[in-house]
Amino acid sequence: MEDIKLSAHALNLWFGNKQVLKNIDIEFAKNQVTSLIGPSGCGKSTLLRSFNRMHDLSPEARIEGKLMLGEMDLYDPANSVTQTRKRIGMVFQRPNPLPKTIYENMAYALKLHQFPKAEIPGMIQSALEESFLWEEVKDELDKPAVKLSGGQQQRLCIARTVVLRPEVILMDEPCSALDPISTEKIEELILKLKEHYTFVIVTHNMQQAQRISDKVAFMYLGEVVEFEKTDAIFQNPVHELTANYVRGYFG
Amino acid sequence: MSLKKRETTDRLLKVVFKATGLITIGLLGGIFFMLLYNSMAFFVRIDPIDFFTGSQWNPSAQGGYSIFPLLVSTALVAVGSMVIAIPLGILTAAYLSEFAPKKLQSWLKPAIEMLAAIPSVAIGFLGIVLVGPGIASLMGLQNGLNALNGSLLLAVMALPTIITISEDAIKGVPQTYREASLGLGANRWETLFQVTLPAALPGLIAAVMLGLGRALGETMTVLMATGNASALPHGFLDSIRTITATIAIEMGEVPYQTTHYFALFAIATVLFLITLVVNLLGEYFASRLRKFHS
Ligand SMILES: Nc1ncnc2c1ncn2[C@@H]1O[C@H](COP(=O)(O)OP(=O)(O)O)[C@@H](O)[C@H]1O
Ligand SMILES: [Mg+2]
Repeated sequence: MEDIKLSAHALNLWFGNKQVLKNIDIEFAKNQVTSLIGPSGCGKSTLLRSFNRMHDLSPEARIEGKLMLGEMDLYDPANSVTQTRKRIGMVFQRPNPLPKTIYENMAYALKLHQFPKAEIPGMIQSALEESFLWEEVKDELDKPAVKLSGGQQQRLCIARTVVLRPEVILMDEPCSALDPISTEKIEELILKLKEHYTFVIVTHNMQQAQRISDKVAFMYLGEVVEFEKTDAIFQNPVHELTANYVRGYFG
Repeated sequence: MSLKKRETTDRLLKVVFKATGLITIGLLGGIFFMLLYNSMAFFVRIDPIDFFTGSQWNPSAQGGYSIFPLLVSTALVAVGSMVIAIPLGILTAAYLSEFAPKKLQSWLKPAIEMLAAIPSVAIGFLGIVLVGPGIASLMGLQNGLNALNGSLLLAVMALPTIITISEDAIKGVPQTYREASLGLGANRWETLFQVTLPAALPGLIAAVMLGLGRALGETMTVLMATGNASALPHGFLDSIRTITATIAIEMGEVPYQTTHYFALFAIATVLFLITLVVNLLGEYFASRLRKFHS
């Protein structure tokens, strides 16, 4: 019935001897926003980062199981990791613009992936417009990106991901370093963009999870305890752990 | 009681720190003043235009007080050594911090630091018996004691400084920059050359400046291994004599307060000013780049 965009099957992950993800099966539907919630250290970031293969960087990480983007096996050696990361974009917890100008931050990946030179300025403008940033930065595109406010920086990071036209956008607590007004803008942005993209978002903010997500997965000690429609998770959680967590008994 | 004690210590330390700072500045100022004062005595006797534009350093002859051949010699080995040491040093540092397996790192790093502990006289010796003859036979020259020999040796001497400081600079680049770049689909090389190294540039410039300072100021090695010829050199295969070597050789024998004596102060002042400008330029570029970082 639902069109599955991204999925993990029998996923286990270890850092050294420590098992951080345990037998995870989860499927994310196309053009939906799924939130991952759960106490700190339960493996949310680790799960998120296994989809765009960020663990390739840590030699101590060991992964078992199957991760799929549509019909494509993400860890099949025949698939290039750079292409995978172009199709599965990521926005990090702290805004991390590169130490370059605003324009160069946007153009960086377009040049790497060899988009035609003539199209780059137009692509940058539309991505900045879609990210509600164009009006604020159009006159200062050659300013260092770090001169922007935290919220603007994070929208720049989203725009820089969107400009590549990925299929999935992963976000790891994208608002945790932002003030409430910036947070609201970013939530609005996610709700608008989900028409074109599939979102998986880690959040610690229960209100945010309710406002933006179609489905919510509650994780605990490396396992997905419950994965349901947002209303179900917050109104009628099946598991006691979920109930205690969403009611704020522990965090 | 104890509060009062702490306040006294506080005040005392303030004075101590101020004093140490002032001593450093005082020393620097004193040295500069001494150099300048003695140079003035030189320029009273010799026209500065002749000093800079002449072509001979030959104090025993009439009008042989031109810094030009010494300056060209110094520039040759400084540029030559940096052409070798900058790419080699920065790439080694990048390899060490970004790609090398932990095990290789753990013995390569001490090995590089040991290189800095070799006395310059030993490097000069190596230049005379090994590198110089090597150059001579490779290039079919009579004599390998030339600017190329000096450049190679100075490069070796500048490398540990450049590698160690560059590596710190590269390690200091926030991991979030690398993640941002990789997350956008850049590979490790694109990330290194387009993000990590540019982000480390202020530190890399500092590394290069210190390496260059080492090369400009080094005396014993170039004195031993570059042929000791104060004629105007025409390329890297000519023998040379740097400013530092000239001062070291001649200062011991020159009669006190003669023109020749003051001339050595004049060339020392020029070297001091060059080093100063090199450092100020480095600092200027470093600070211009820093505004891109939060
Ligand atoms: N690179 C790593 N090396 C070793 N352990 C790690 C690494 N990254 C995360 N961990 C561990 O994995 C567990 C899950 O971390 P994480 O996924 O960041 O949790 P969450 O995002 O849910 O707070 C934690 O216990 C953390 O210490
Ligand atoms: Mg996390």
